[in-house]
Amino acid sequence: MSTVTANSMDAVREKKSPTVDQRIPTSRVVAVELRKMFDTRSGFWLMMSVAITATLATGAVILWAPDSELTYDTFAAAIGFPMSVILPMVAILSVTSEWTQRSGLSTFTLVPHRGRVIGAKAVGAVLVGVGSMVVAMAIGALGNIVGTAITGTPTIWDDSFLHLSEIVLANVLGMLIGFMLGVVIRNSAGAIVGYFVFTLVLPTLSGLLAANASWWHDAQAWVDFNFAQGGLFDGEMASRDWAHLATATMIWLVIPLAVGLRLMLRSEVK
Amino acid sequence: MITVDSLTKRYGAFTAVDDVSFTAEGGRVTGFLGPNGAGKSTTMRVMVGLTPPTSGTARVSGRLFSDLPNPGLEVGVLLDASAQHAGRTGREILNIAARTMGLPRLRVEEMLDRVSLTEKEADRRVRNYSLGMRQRLGIAHALLGDPTVLILDEPANGLDPAGIRWMRDLLRSYADQGGTVLLSSHLLHEIEVIADDIVVIGNGKIVAQGTKNDLLAAAGTVVRSAAPSTLAHALELAGIASTLGPDGAVRTQADAARVGEVALAAGVALTELRPADGAGLEEMFLELTSETQREGAAA
Ligand SMILES: Nc1ncnc2c1ncn2[C@@H]1O[C@H](COP(=O)(O)OP(=O)(O)OP(=O)(O)O)[C@@H](O)[C@H]1O
Ligand SMILES: [Mg+2]
Repeated sequence: MSTVTANSMDAVREKKSPTVDQRIPTSRVVAVELRKMFDTRSGFWLMMSVAITATLATGAVILWAPDSELTYDTFAAAIGFPMSVILPMVAILSVTSEWTQRSGLSTFTLVPHRGRVIGAKAVGAVLVGVGSMVVAMAIGALGNIVGTAITGTPTIWDDSFLHLSEIVLANVLGMLIGFMLGVVIRNSAGAIVGYFVFTLVLPTLSGLLAANASWWHDAQAWVDFNFAQGGLFDGEMASRDWAHLATATMIWLVIPLAVGLRLMLRSEVK
Repeated sequence: MITVDSLTKRYGAFTAVDDVSFTAEGGRVTGFLGPNGAGKSTTMRVMVGLTPPTSGTARVSGRLFSDLPNPGLEVGVLLDASAQHAGRTGREILNIAARTMGLPRLRVEEMLDRVSLTEKEADRRVRNYSLGMRQRLGIAHALLGDPTVLILDEPANGLDPAGIRWMRDLLRSYADQGGTVLLSSHLLHEIEVIADDIVVIGNGKIVAQGTKNDLLAAAGTVVRSAAPSTLAHALELAGIASTLGPDGAVRTQADAARVGEVALAAGVALTELRPADGAGLEEMFLELTSETQREGAAA
């Protein structure tokens, strides 16, 4: 009995052998992590809210903006605000839920390389970020056409493709800040609070300090991430502004992310 | 096969797992037995790479877990059935795992069927699962990749009697087909009915290991008579160490035949003479872990 069945187990092993020895392709890890951003109720509604808030913001511009300001730039600005809140939440939860919801126990045993999983999540987050921004901007464009048709004013496209790309980049960077906080804090509530402190409290403090201390006023452009990121929204990025953005990103995104990743690799998942 | 070699895990000054070595062989069910906080879960977490060890190694099929190209196809793991995203449906959790491993969708339906989760239950969110349903989902998750090694931490937790029976049969047939099964429990009875080999851990240290039969034999003989202290004295005169329990039973490492001879020679009438089986193992478990157990003083 046992020899017969032992053979059947060998047969199973042989049948599977082509895949058993094949490393899980990275594309599959990315596809799975991408799917995990949508397949919970909260994830689903976060993604839906991209389209919903973009539509609401577009509607609000049509209803309440003065006719003279009914240009694409107004729509883009109105849509940009909800995006800058929703997208980082998507990035944060994709990382922190592995710990807060404890799904990491399965995730990290099926793919026992945390760096690969986190990398796949980062790629997934950027794809979602760019995709969402394209959808939101398309809704804004539709609003611009419909809105000006209603008012009978000329349809004005006052944002260049370059500037739109800069806005997408600004949002993706914001998303990655959320991602970094998720990696460092590894707790959903903590990382979300951290994100609001970073985007709402820090800029105010920095502004106050800049008004009162000249040394900070000189350094702010180089060190204050929100300040440097703001240039992307305004659309007047000189090479010096790019240098500011690069340094601030290094300080607030790259370095903490690297430290957080190192700590995560050595931590215990339980 | 699972090979654990001199595994130690320290948390600061506290040693949760202390120089643990054992092997779980293919074709056998290995029971990992120990009281609460003994270090079972910690050892299992190290095996699957979730907890970095302080020193020592754990290998599965001769390889470190992180060196397995697609671990889900080789090792089925169930550490904590509640550790799933509460907002996902049971089916979706299996879908994700199946996609990661590169398995067809059909396999998910097969597994749901195998653990008796209905269509409706599979589409419910795990938040609303009962403990037993979570456990069944966890077992389906572990079996999904048709692995040859199973690592299960207290898999019977929350299952009803029929479920426990079903799981026992399932693990038995897995081992009979050549698979390696390692399961932990703090309940002796659970391990006793299913395991071929037993590893007993207490306070992070291995206190006994061997085949169930050997450990049972080592548990010796239980003998009762109307005059237990006379019997104990006769055994002592014959050079056989024994202990007289509060229940009047005399326990000794000597085999039943030898004890019978001594009793006959001493003219003591016996009311019971048998090898210490299940109850003996329980005695052993309590004894082996008595210094390391919480209720140590009382036991
Ligand atoms: N991160 C940690 N820091 C400090 N001590 C820890 C940590 N993780 C586990 N321990 C300790 O290690 C010991 C072993 O825990 P473990 O979970 O492995 O026990 P167990 O044998 O699985 O017990 P149970 O039967 O209750 O599940 C416990 O005393 C526990 O408190
Ligand atoms: Mg445990």
